[in-house]
Amino acid sequence: MSNKEKSWKEVSPAGVCWKSSKTYLTGDWKSFTPERDVKKCTKCLLCTMYCPDCAIRWNEKLGDIEFDMNYCKGCGICANECPTKAIVMKTE
Amino acid sequence: MKSVVKQETQAINGDEAVALAAKQADVDVVAAYPITPQTIIVEKFSEYVSNHEVETEYVCTESEHSAMAACLAASVTGARVFTATASAGLALMHEMLFVTSGCRAPVVMAVANRALSAPLNIHGDHSDAMAERDSGWIQIYAENAQEVYDSTIQAFRIAEHLDVQLPVMIGLDGFTLSHSLENAQILADQTVKDFVKTRQFPVVLTHEGKTAPFKLDPDAPMTMGPMALPNYYFEFKRQQEEAMENASKVIKEIHDEWAQLTGRTYGDGLLEQYKLEDAEIAAICIGSTAGTAKAAIDELRDKGIKAGLLRIRTYRPFPAEAIAKALSKMKAVAVMDRSMSFGGRGGAVFHEVRHALYDAAVRPYVVNYIYGLGGRDTSTTQIKNIFADLQKIIQTKRVGDLVRYVGLRE
Repeated sequence: MSNKEKSWKEVSPAGVCWKSSKTYLTGDWKSFTPERDVKKCTKCLLCTMYCPDCAIRWNEKLGDIEFDMNYCKGCGICANECPTKAIVMKTE
Repeated sequence: MKSVVKQETQAINGDEAVALAAKQADVDVVAAYPITPQTIIVEKFSEYVSNHEVETEYVCTESEHSAMAACLAASVTGARVFTATASAGLALMHEMLFVTSGCRAPVVMAVANRALSAPLNIHGDHSDAMAERDSGWIQIYAENAQEVYDSTIQAFRIAEHLDVQLPVMIGLDGFTLSHSLENAQILADQTVKDFVKTRQFPVVLTHEGKTAPFKLDPDAPMTMGPMALPNYYFEFKRQQEEAMENASKVIKEIHDEWAQLTGRTYGDGLLEQYKLEDAEIAAICIGSTAGTAKAAIDELRDKGIKAGLLRIRTYRPFPAEAIAKALSKMKAVAVMDRSMSFGGRGGAVFHEVRHALYDAAVRPYVVNYIYGLGGRDTSTTQIKNIFADLQKIIQTKRVGDLVRYVGLRE
């Protein structure tokens, strides 16, 4: 535990959050990482809809999807749902 | 003391006294499920609702677990919330009791103390509330219907106090208090309304440096009671302990303020001493049995026996230091428990009173008496026998059995 964390006298009662949940990088939890084979990917975007953490997004500039590893928990739903099996989960 | 306000004598039972107090305290939401011997409270309150005597939102739930969940939800939006239960109902609420105190929701609940199954028993003892002593709720136990009324009104002020923000449980012994008709002094609706005031909210730090009153409000959003992992859970629990410590002072203050208004006191609000000052032997109890003990003590005093009583009114927060001080001159003490801690070598009150005395310079003999389980009556004769036991202990300097049973067929 870092010294930057608040003491019991400083925290708000009842677990009231003093930071946005965006600053909580839940991607730290993962032990599996999605890996995409761009040759197999048809950009159907099913993975963007199935991701429970909205960690796969369509990037218009790139014209492609991108994974946000700050929030990807490595659950593997994307790999399971991918119709062309373009995503596989690898051990970190 | 200032002249007290005008009051009206009413014949009322403990349950009706609770319902009337909740009505006068102007509660916004009641979510409850009926259970003996609390039933009269919710029946009476639902009459108030159907007669439009109150503007309370009355939620009939399908269980006590849901009742407490609804009370919690209403309370965190800023409503003043009341409920009542007993026995198995309180046990079913167990999980939600911790969520409610952890969310710092100042819900007020009357518990018509009743035994727990099995075997099934609907009568009075303290097994239900004692099992919830670690749930983070303030626990106040009344001796008679008058105190039930007074304590229920005080409870809203205590729970909602900015330094406390904790739920409060008012204990009234099943049937002995819940169903027995007594004369009580009742205040005018407006006087009570002025006393309880409206709910106050501490200002808390929310997202990204913003602050807001501590309640759920779409215009000032905040997240309450989310997940706290090993790096933070502990800090929130320490805060609850601090609130309990603050409550000791607040309970006394509110008690004194009510005393100014009504002329009635219950010791200092935490502990009540009866003929204890010059006593050599003392009994300690909680709830309605204190009345019986006082009658027994009067009889003993007539015979020149220096007996006294210490009634614990507030069991959480536990006034350990004041108990040690009050008992400092006693030679022998009988702690009466109306519930059991199976395998614990004595009841809960016994454990804590002994713990309070550990640091005392001179420690009296302390023995435990388990009594009144499942509504078994406790007489003045039995209490006089307890005092006779204490005299024997002093004479022989031998404690004998540490845990004894009152009125049990051997």
